[in-house]
Amino acid sequence: MPKRTDINSILIIGAGPIIIGQACEFDYSGVQACRALREEGYRVILVNSNPATIMTDPATADATYIEPITWPMVEKIIERERPDALLPTMGGQTSLNCALDLNRMGVLKKYGVELIGASREAIDKAEDRELFDQAMSAIGLETPSHGMAHDMTQAYEALKKVGFPCIIRPSFTLGGTGGGIAYNREEFEEICSRGLELSPTNELLIDESLIGWKEFELEVVRDRNDNCIIVCPIENLDAMGVHTGDSITVAPAQTLTDKEYQIMRNAAIAVLREIGVETGGSNVQFAVNPEDGRLVVIEMNPRVSRSSALASKATGFPIARVAAKLAIGYTLDELRNEITGGVTPASFEPSIDYVVTKIPRFTFEKFPEANDRITTQMKSVGEVMAIGRTFQESLQKAVRGLEVGVCGLEPILDRGADNIKVKLTRELTEAGAQRLWYVAEAFRYGWTVRKVAGLSGIDPWYLVQIEDLVRREQELEGRNLEEVSAEEMFRLKRKGFSDRRLAQLLDVGEDEVQARRHELKIRPVFKRVDTCAAEFDSTTAYMYSTYEEECEARPSSRRKIIVLGGGPNRIGQGIEFDYCCVHAALAMREDGYETIMVNCNPETVSTDYNISDRLFFEPLTFEDVREIIELEKPEGVIVQFGGQTPLNLVKQLEAAGAPIIGTPPDAIDRAEDRERFQQLIRKLKLKQPPNRTVRSVEEALAEARDISYPLVVRPSWVLGGRAMEIVYNESELKRYMRDAVKVSNESPVLLDYFLSAAIEIDVDLVSDGKNVIVGAIMQHIEQAGIHSGDSACSLPPYNLPDDVQQQIREQVAALALELGVVGLMNTQLAYQDGEVYLIEVNPRASRTVPFVSKCIGASLAKVAARCMIGKSLAEQGFTREIIPATFAVKEAIFPFNKFPGVDPILGPEMKSTGEVMGVGATFAEAYGKAQMAAGAVIEKSGTAFISVRDPDKVYVVEVANRLLDLGYRLAATRGTARVLELADIPVKRVNKVAEGRPHIVDMLKNDEIELVFNTTEGRQAIADSSTIRSTALRHDVFCTTTIAGAFAVCDALRFGDNMSVYTIQQLHAELG
Amino acid sequence: MEKTAILALEDGNLFEGIAIGALGCSSGEVVFNTAMTGYQEILTDPSYARQIVTLTYPHIGNTGANSEDNESLKAWAAGLVIRDLPMLASNFRCQQTLQDFLCEQGVVAIAEIDTRRLTRILREKGSLNGCLLSGPELKQNGAERALAEARAFPGLKGMDLAREVSIADSYQWEQGSWALGEGYRAVDESRYRVVAYDFGVKRNILRTLAAHGCAVTVVPATTRAAEVTAMRPDGVFLSNGPGDPEPCDYAIAAVRELLDAGVPLFGICLGHQLLGLASGARTIKMPHGHHGANHPVRNLDDGTVLITSQNHGFAVDEESLPENLRCTHRSLFDGSLQGIAHRDRPAFGFQGHPEASPGPHDASPLFNHFIELMSGHAQAH
Repeated sequence: MPKRTDINSILIIGAGPIIIGQACEFDYSGVQACRALREEGYRVILVNSNPATIMTDPATADATYIEPITWPMVEKIIERERPDALLPTMGGQTSLNCALDLNRMGVLKKYGVELIGASREAIDKAEDRELFDQAMSAIGLETPSHGMAHDMTQAYEALKKVGFPCIIRPSFTLGGTGGGIAYNREEFEEICSRGLELSPTNELLIDESLIGWKEFELEVVRDRNDNCIIVCPIENLDAMGVHTGDSITVAPAQTLTDKEYQIMRNAAIAVLREIGVETGGSNVQFAVNPEDGRLVVIEMNPRVSRSSALASKATGFPIARVAAKLAIGYTLDELRNEITGGVTPASFEPSIDYVVTKIPRFTFEKFPEANDRITTQMKSVGEVMAIGRTFQESLQKAVRGLEVGVCGLEPILDRGADNIKVKLTRELTEAGAQRLWYVAEAFRYGWTVRKVAGLSGIDPWYLVQIEDLVRREQELEGRNLEEVSAEEMFRLKRKGFSDRRLAQLLDVGEDEVQARRHELKIRPVFKRVDTCAAEFDSTTAYMYSTYEEECEARPSSRRKIIVLGGGPNRIGQGIEFDYCCVHAALAMREDGYETIMVNCNPETVSTDYNISDRLFFEPLTFEDVREIIELEKPEGVIVQFGGQTPLNLVKQLEAAGAPIIGTPPDAIDRAEDRERFQQLIRKLKLKQPPNRTVRSVEEALAEARDISYPLVVRPSWVLGGRAMEIVYNESELKRYMRDAVKVSNESPVLLDYFLSAAIEIDVDLVSDGKNVIVGAIMQHIEQAGIHSGDSACSLPPYNLPDDVQQQIREQVAALALELGVVGLMNTQLAYQDGEVYLIEVNPRASRTVPFVSKCIGASLAKVAARCMIGKSLAEQGFTREIIPATFAVKEAIFPFNKFPGVDPILGPEMKSTGEVMGVGATFAEAYGKAQMAAGAVIEKSGTAFISVRDPDKVYVVEVANRLLDLGYRLAATRGTARVLELADIPVKRVNKVAEGRPHIVDMLKNDEIELVFNTTEGRQAIADSSTIRSTALRHDVFCTTTIAGAFAVCDALRFGDNMSVYTIQQLHAELG
Repeated sequence: MEKTAILALEDGNLFEGIAIGALGCSSGEVVFNTAMTGYQEILTDPSYARQIVTLTYPHIGNTGANSEDNESLKAWAAGLVIRDLPMLASNFRCQQTLQDFLCEQGVVAIAEIDTRRLTRILREKGSLNGCLLSGPELKQNGAERALAEARAFPGLKGMDLAREVSIADSYQWEQGSWALGEGYRAVDESRYRVVAYDFGVKRNILRTLAAHGCAVTVVPATTRAAEVTAMRPDGVFLSNGPGDPEPCDYAIAAVRELLDAGVPLFGICLGHQLLGLASGARTIKMPHGHHGANHPVRNLDDGTVLITSQNHGFAVDEESLPENLRCTHRSLFDGSLQGIAHRDRPAFGFQGHPEASPGPHDASPLFNHFIELMSGHAQAH
């Protein structure tokens, strides 16, 4: 069937901000969908609140709304655009939920918008547990048995059905708090009674436990003719009990015979038919009992997903693109796979001749109070994927691509420690982020595969290979590098050992291993990902390295540029950097270069097949990157756009002769090395908060007395404010130096005087080495001390004096020219008491580059990339700063709801996972929209609770008056209340938690508070008040922890919700 | 690691690896198969007689071998070529490792070679003759000898292998299809009498027929049509099998007679090619054939797409189809003919493997079609 001609315009809803469980894979799918539909001639209307996406680039859709994804806002867009259809399957759960809301509220009916790609019935059937169970039983498939209970009697009824062990989950508790697994009646009684109390609806879900079962996932695509294909079977290395997103997964499935696999394949297709997914991609998850092969359906998602992105990258089959084409009426047999140059059809199941391993990346170090065990609720923030010819090779490539400071399966246990058995048993049984390494340790301690399999539930097929890697390592230890023959080296490299890990084992330098390897002529070859296991000759330019006989890379003799990507997402380095890499690649392509992308993050747009001319899906380590550079011999290597990841390789790459282009590596060092940076500041006569570099606790205490408290303290060389804190006195500094960091000569700690009431400013600029153009000046809403990545910011600044802005422009330009920046530079500054202070300079792409580009209608990353290949700003016609007349506010999104027990307070360590943008004619409108997009519900009236630290008390009267004007009643703790009473402001006094009951937390729990303004400082005060913030979070009460935030909230409340929607195409046109 | 096995191709290409199966020397046509599951079924499929199979998925042997997954009494493949033999087989049905299975079955096999390089050679040059050599003989000019053996292999063109792999005496087939936890089911009642020609039949065809209510009598490849009609079957099945269909003149003659007799006929793979030849079409040798479990085939009658299991090096030439044959299925990979049906006889053939094993079950409704033909035929008579 050809495409539909009865529809002309299609609305796509994106996934919104990056959160745990919903990351940049939806930018990847959304971009594919937009392109797939536009090339068919449809007008594509897009809404997504996330400015860091490629999909919200003005060129991706016809009309792009960076607006909150709420049904009332989307209704405004529908009213204006009148789309014929809505495709809700490309933006994760956010998009599906919004589509369901629009349907429920009658919006779709009112404007005659047809849902395509998934019907309401299908979505309901897939999402509603009862409906899903009924559907599965109708087609003869089992689901785990379960029951629901509102009291103990019902709980025991449910127990009869599910048996032991069972999983108990209280409904609607944050992050599944209070749940657990019961193996006996005593545990059952205890967990159930606790759960009933914790659940706000006094409800428990009691599930049959499938702990220890094997988990599989099939990616299915179906068209309107009922043609179905399985794109890829994925097997989880971690057994049931660990969320798929947090599991190490392997493609294709390894431990199924054909008979078992076909049962699963038939079941997956039957599920799609029964649920009624008429067109598009879905994933179906199965659990399989390893004892007898019994198969149970766990769940299905009637949309593209993180797994479908993984499956697309793992096989070279673009699921989202195909799903979009199917949604508009095509059938699978009418489509070809573009990745292989059309050699393979879309109606075909990829065959792969390599092994793909995905490893999740966690960030527990950012949330030390969080429970760091991985369970059924996803906690990872990113992932790495690696391709190898064997499982061992792909596993070890994935491990070194993770960038968690390891290059293989290094030991992680302290050799002399007590209770090693206890520790190992726990780590194998209750998985944490490092279980893989504990598995290796268990083998080092001589544990058998059988024992490890019994404890971990990991299939022996995988374990025996991990054991083999450990044995190979042990054979190597204590030997000389010279003894390693070519044949042995080849064998080790085939098993995926990195040069660095070999160097550790042989006690030599990585460079020595590499030199020896090259001398032995052992070099990786590159194979192609062609979807068909070489059955057909394809033009696919998607490659991975391995150690084999034949290399298929065939490098061209064109002028070429390599762009190094950012690796797995983590807090502090995410989609923003991928956005920059994509733009760099696109710009270089437009300028006639062959572009080569290197990255290992399967969620990204940068690893999509049509972004660059050639794609190497490889870990971003010196070894792997060097081999590609020496193969391709590019004119330039761009390291500025992938965040810290490529910058960490610069010194080694430069030493190996790689042509790094753009800002010279030495400039990066000058900006990052404290002492050299100070010389620079002095030379340019700029100001910095007083600061010191210390190398011992004693030195720290002495220097601190000199520059005085409060202080910002942090280890050197970090991104995202890792382990950064503000200390207010000597005892806090002592504790920090003792517990939080390992200070030494090699890793000094930095002390900065903390400007506690300063306005913080971010500036992005671009320079060609001779001229500098400011991309934007952004004013943070939160005052200095909150990590810039966590702070909301306004572009243009909303109350920063013009002369100060001018001063800032001059300072950053001087800095860029002095450093010799060619490309991007980000500067963070603070303004306090009439003075501008320089906080930090980063001569590279920053997190705000996509946001700025969206606001000013020009791609800073593209401009910067062109500067790097020698095109001046003048040649590019980028000669003046663009200052929009409208306001845009960027707000950060936090994962606190996934980490119960973590204090949701902002500080110098970055904790946000994503961002949203709100656009408005005024700052108030933009800020209000940003909050709305962030999912915050700010009640229009009610009782506001105010409790502020002493330095903020001077502002509290004004804040209170504004709230009164808005119709709020006020409640405050003693200190704040006293200030307000002195100003004759009516306020209800409320106890702090320590002052006796009823206290503020009681009021929050009783829903007597609608708004919380709580600013605090000092470790003790923060700890004392943390239950206020976490309770507010749990009860969905809007809470701001800075006084500047409080003012902004008042502004937004005054503006109300009469907001307009804007396309960015229109906003850019207005920029002139 | 010592190289203990070698694969030589007639074009002079040599691959050195590790012996993982029986020791010895074995030559045949080297083909590749892209199925990611089902190596045991592939090894025991008689259609692989005189073929050395390269499996493109690198880890082969993950689930070991078991007594249920054999497609015939023994392994027929002339050799196995893989990238990696896992250190351990893991599956609840596993009874022995692949290595033990290969040794027991006398299959010469090689691992640790760049199978993708080999596949690309076969894709470029078409199937090549080759020789696998492993064991002590390797030390005595092994490479030269293997190369000589590879070049000495006459090739499958013109080779009548169906006669070789078939049975001597006919027998009744009684086993039904496989179910998880139950194994092979017994068949309760049979409504149709089917005679199945064994040109190298896969058991799953017989099981599927039995599960569809057929009492199946399996007969040798050379059985004459008169003997078959004497059994008064409701339908005759023409099995898959190895080699070139053209030299099977005995079978072609029998099929011609059966067509004339108006008995419902269903041919799979070689059986389909024999049906074509008997009906006046020609067959051709394909460059490297179809060997995989992911091949899309369009049903021209309803436009649907079936993902099918394929294993053939010869094909019916669509150009040569006589008036009374129509093309019913076509490959979406290369447009080649995948199914034929007689316009005036209850006879049809399918090039792929609707019995799967290994592979997807999408084409299994073709068995229903055979039942329909038999039921229609029975009513008419």
